[in-house]
Amino acid sequence: MWQYLGRRLLVSLAVLLGVSALTFSMLHLVPGDPVHAMLGRQAVTAERAEELRAQLGLNDPLPVQYANYLTKALRGDLGRSIRSNRPVASMIAEQLPSTLMLAAASMIVAIAIGVPLGSLAALQQNRWTDTLIMIGAISGVSIPSFFLALLLILLFSVSLGWLPGTASTNDLRGLVLPALTLGLGEAAVITRLVRASLLEVLHQPYLWTARAKGADEKRVLWEHAFRNALIPVVTMLSLQLVYLLAGSVVIENIFARQGIGRLAVTAIQNRDFPLVQGVVLLIATTYVAINTLTDLSYAVLDPRIRLK
Amino acid sequence: MQPGGWIGLCLLLLLGGMALMAPRLALQSPLVVEPGAAFTPPGPEHWMGTDNFGRDVWSRFLYGGRISLMVGVIAMAISATTGTLLGVVAGYYGGKVDSLLSWITEVLQAFPGILLALVIIAILGSGIFNVMVAVGIASIPSFMRLSRGQVLRVKEFGYIEAARSLGASDARVLFRHILPNILRPLLVLVTLGMGGAILEGASLSFLGLGAQPPDPEWGAMLSAGRAFLSRGWWIAVFPGLGIFLAVLGINLFGDAIGDLLDPRSQNQNNR
Repeated sequence: MWQYLGRRLLVSLAVLLGVSALTFSMLHLVPGDPVHAMLGRQAVTAERAEELRAQLGLNDPLPVQYANYLTKALRGDLGRSIRSNRPVASMIAEQLPSTLMLAAASMIVAIAIGVPLGSLAALQQNRWTDTLIMIGAISGVSIPSFFLALLLILLFSVSLGWLPGTASTNDLRGLVLPALTLGLGEAAVITRLVRASLLEVLHQPYLWTARAKGADEKRVLWEHAFRNALIPVVTMLSLQLVYLLAGSVVIENIFARQGIGRLAVTAIQNRDFPLVQGVVLLIATTYVAINTLTDLSYAVLDPRIRLK
Repeated sequence: MQPGGWIGLCLLLLLGGMALMAPRLALQSPLVVEPGAAFTPPGPEHWMGTDNFGRDVWSRFLYGGRISLMVGVIAMAISATTGTLLGVVAGYYGGKVDSLLSWITEVLQAFPGILLALVIIAILGSGIFNVMVAVGIASIPSFMRLSRGQVLRVKEFGYIEAARSLGASDARVLFRHILPNILRPLLVLVTLGMGGAILEGASLSFLGLGAQPPDPEWGAMLSAGRAFLSRGWWIAVFPGLGIFLAVLGINLFGDAIGDLLDPRSQNQNNR
């Protein structure tokens, strides 16, 4: 058990090192001089270019630059934005609550819709209810989030005037449409997942045994089928949370909502590399951390995994 | 094939055919500006109406489809060839090569969804060509992972050992004996991946990082039209519908192909 945990943590550490190396090298992979790429076509004095070079530590040898980047990142220092000259870490910290709120609300929408519909589809397999739900699910997977957002804005904001089409952070009404947009797409994924997982469990012999022992159908479904079918779903949900963080990039932009997704796109448009690096490092690290925790919890719950 | 697969194929042929025949089907050039005709609703003269510059939305829809669908095709060509090659090499040779390539795959997969494509755009800069490259590179890990796993399975089969003992070179074993036997799952991934690539490409253009005005592209057209929702819903809705139908067609077709090539589902059908 401990051997498995140690090995899994080492793998995650190696991936995190790779993630940090990739985000660090972004600046160096830019064609041409990174300083000129960042400052763009604006008139740049030699002094300003040199000042930025020194600020980013670009005069040091590459390994030294990476070591400095890593040490600072571990201390929570992600550098300064070259546009606002503010610390990247505090800019992210300001925007993060808004994105987390959106991700959490979307997850609630996704679970509230996806789990019941997926279960219903599995229980009614090959009937019209199943077909209808699966048509909805494949449409939900195929619709671009920004198109769905636009349709929701057209309906609830432009035609009915019930909800605002753009949102501010503190306005809960402004959270409804962004959360619905992101959550509906995710609900389609969860519906398919729950259906597939439940169908697999429904054909297991232990359900026949339970029925043969006289358990009524409700008990068979709730206590034996659902519990087991939802284990892989719950595991997937933790990873889907990070996909929601990444999905916020588009949603925050269409609803003019504050958050790290909007921060990232603005940073890319402004070629503000320290800020882009900070946001990317945060999301990727969160992904690795959640992935590791999921694997570890699996190993604790299922002895077959740690014995492999 | 399931009925859904046929519907998907029809959708794809229809949209692909329209994009190919764009010069013949378009009512006018997608770039012609007619300020006097701005915000004309859909009708006999302009089937999908006109935009805020008076440009014909139908003509822009057709030419925009060319670019959006092309993003999917080129991105998949990049990711399928590179990812499969790397995965095959990692799976076949194993050892340090496998460890290194698998580590790179894991690192790239730590950037979820559109994030890796955004990182690559940040490096290369905006533009539709860079979007194709970015989306293509972002999909490489999926192909690498799948082909590596398939090679690990296939290389243990007796006929591979037989080929080796008959003196076949590594290249011959890889390309003559292993690659043809792992193509089925890769084909399904290419089909389904193309839908994802079109979505990602359109998302990047929507964010202003892909196709640049006045070039028509579905994501960029939708982005430009959202400012005029109350005056002309058609400007944004038709390009959005184009992306949706293209991805839906690919997903329906991909799912059906996946079922068709999966021996388990064939057994179920035969029962």
